Amino acid sequence: MRFVPGSKWVVAALFFVALAIPLLTDNSYYLNMLIMVFIWSIAVSGMNIIAGYAGQLSLAHAGFFGIGAYTLGLLMVKAQMSFLVSLAVSVVLTGMVGAVVGMISLRLKGHYFAIFSLCMGVILSLVIEKWESLTEGVRGLLGIPVPKIGSVEFSTLTSQYYLILFFFVLAMFVNRQIIHSLVGRTFISIRNSEELAESLGIHAMKSKMLAFVYSTVLAGLAGALYAGYLRFLGPEIASIEHAFEMLLYLLVGGIGTLWGPVVGTALVMTLMQWLQSWQDYRMIIFGPILVLIVMFLPHGIMGAFAQLKKNQPSVLPDTTDDKNRGIERGVNDRRLAGGESDA
Amino acid sequence: MLRTEKLSKYFGGNQAVNSVDFQINQGEITAIIGPNGAGKTTFFNLISGLHPPTSGKIFFEGEEVTNKRSYEMAKMGIARTFQTTKLFAGATVMENLMIGHRLRTKSGFWGAVIRSQRYRNEERACREKALQVLEFVGASALANRSVASISQEEQKRVAIALALSTDPKIVLLDEPAGGINADETSNLAELITKMKNAGLTICIIEHKMQMIMKLADRIMVLNQGIKIAEGTPDEISRNETVIEAYLGGGAHAQAH
Repeated sequence: MRFVPGSKWVVAALFFVALAIPLLTDNSYYLNMLIMVFIWSIAVSGMNIIAGYAGQLSLAHAGFFGIGAYTLGLLMVKAQMSFLVSLAVSVVLTGMVGAVVGMISLRLKGHYFAIFSLCMGVILSLVIEKWESLTEGVRGLLGIPVPKIGSVEFSTLTSQYYLILFFFVLAMFVNRQIIHSLVGRTFISIRNSEELAESLGIHAMKSKMLAFVYSTVLAGLAGALYAGYLRFLGPEIASIEHAFEMLLYLLVGGIGTLWGPVVGTALVMTLMQWLQSWQDYRMIIFGPILVLIVMFLPHGIMGAFAQLKKNQPSVLPDTTDDKNRGIERGVNDRRLAGGESDA
Repeated sequence: MLRTEKLSKYFGGNQAVNSVDFQINQGEITAIIGPNGAGKTTFFNLISGLHPPTSGKIFFEGEEVTNKRSYEMAKMGIARTFQTTKLFAGATVMENLMIGHRLRTKSGFWGAVIRSQRYRNEERACREKALQVLEFVGASALANRSVASISQEEQKRVAIALALSTDPKIVLLDEPAGGINADETSNLAELITKMKNAGLTICIIEHKMQMIMKLADRIMVLNQGIKIAEGTPDEISRNETVIEAYLGGGAHAQAH
């Protein structure tokens, strides 16, 4: 109800395109690419909740992605549990680890939190790599069964595509509901000024915990889907490099905007594919791009879009009759703030 | 209504607030004045729960609240503004204000996700509260303006509106007239009188003496963390110690 009409149609159109893609192409390269974009978008959108909205830059999220992935993989391989149950347990367990990590790390503020979360990320990835008796360490976890829900087997690429699209849409829906709500506003108020938020009766620690746990749940969900899709896991998925990649996606797409994580992930992953033959040298390209983006588009691509829109005179007729009108008009300003966005 | 007993705050060896006994009476405007660095804002930070005191006690409506955190104080009915306006410049006035009533709502994550009946009622309540306080401070026209685009005085009004949207019993105003001109100051004084008439208890830190002398029912004077005088504006303006410490530079102070 709070979409500006334009973007509402864009989202609807993209949704139908996403639904139709497997019917239009059976090119496995594209489908695989899209599946990876969906998976990483979910994880990056989690990072966005805690870093972009609640203002606490967490670099531990690759670790949580790893927890989600390994929990699903281990439950399915070693405990022969079903896909759905494993998925649910992975998400809950990641959230629980997130709660413990959050309780400790959210006592720190600003850069200290970021550095601490970086350390937590390193610890999580080390645990996954070194706990060989459980995770098989660097040998990797092989033979994760094909995901099955009831009698439906997700063995083909197309079926996997729809399975992961479903969770992607679900995650984005929940994100949208949260971001455009009193809960989301509470996060933003903490990002704006924790002192002011507390003086308005907001228990900042509690809200930050909620944002953090939810964000780790998204990372865990993404990890679990990744494990169910690739059916092979190596400890490097939890490595700190992935946390920085996620941050890159987020910054390019637009931190603190609803669709920024998706746009950034899609764009950067595509670019990376093109530059794949460059291997490690591609950072020579991404480094300067990132610097330019931070300098000239501090709110990323979606943030810049929002600003463009804001500068155009509104031609929307004032037909909204409900009480949300004031909020709707404010939507553009909000984006500039690096705040809510729905473009 | 709010009372402190030997309230002290030390930052290292620096005694920012030193053994202050103080009282805010219901329905009154109480002012805290003193030279720069006298400990006024620190005192506010203590009674609003932002910082824990080093020693001493705070009572609110008879109950001890010494170590309560600021969000708990806010829930009990103590609202405050900050010296430097801490509004969210990128958002609109309305968006800033929506959060002010959040402490009186209960909806959490799931309520927001499914947009439960209670959630929708509470969101509506927040919006209505925001409109109501905006009207009270005479800033209804600003609802959809971005905070970055409104004047300093308007920002001060919105900051007061934000404090009012928490449904407070006491409002602590930290230099509400700082950085605004004389006309605007008298408008602001009118607003503060209006708040008092609406039944609110007010405590105000201010350097603009004329405004304080007109508004305040009682004044406390702090100097170097110590309370050096307390009384009606008349008594304070005749108090030797105060004149020496502060009003001696009165003309100077007003020039700010």
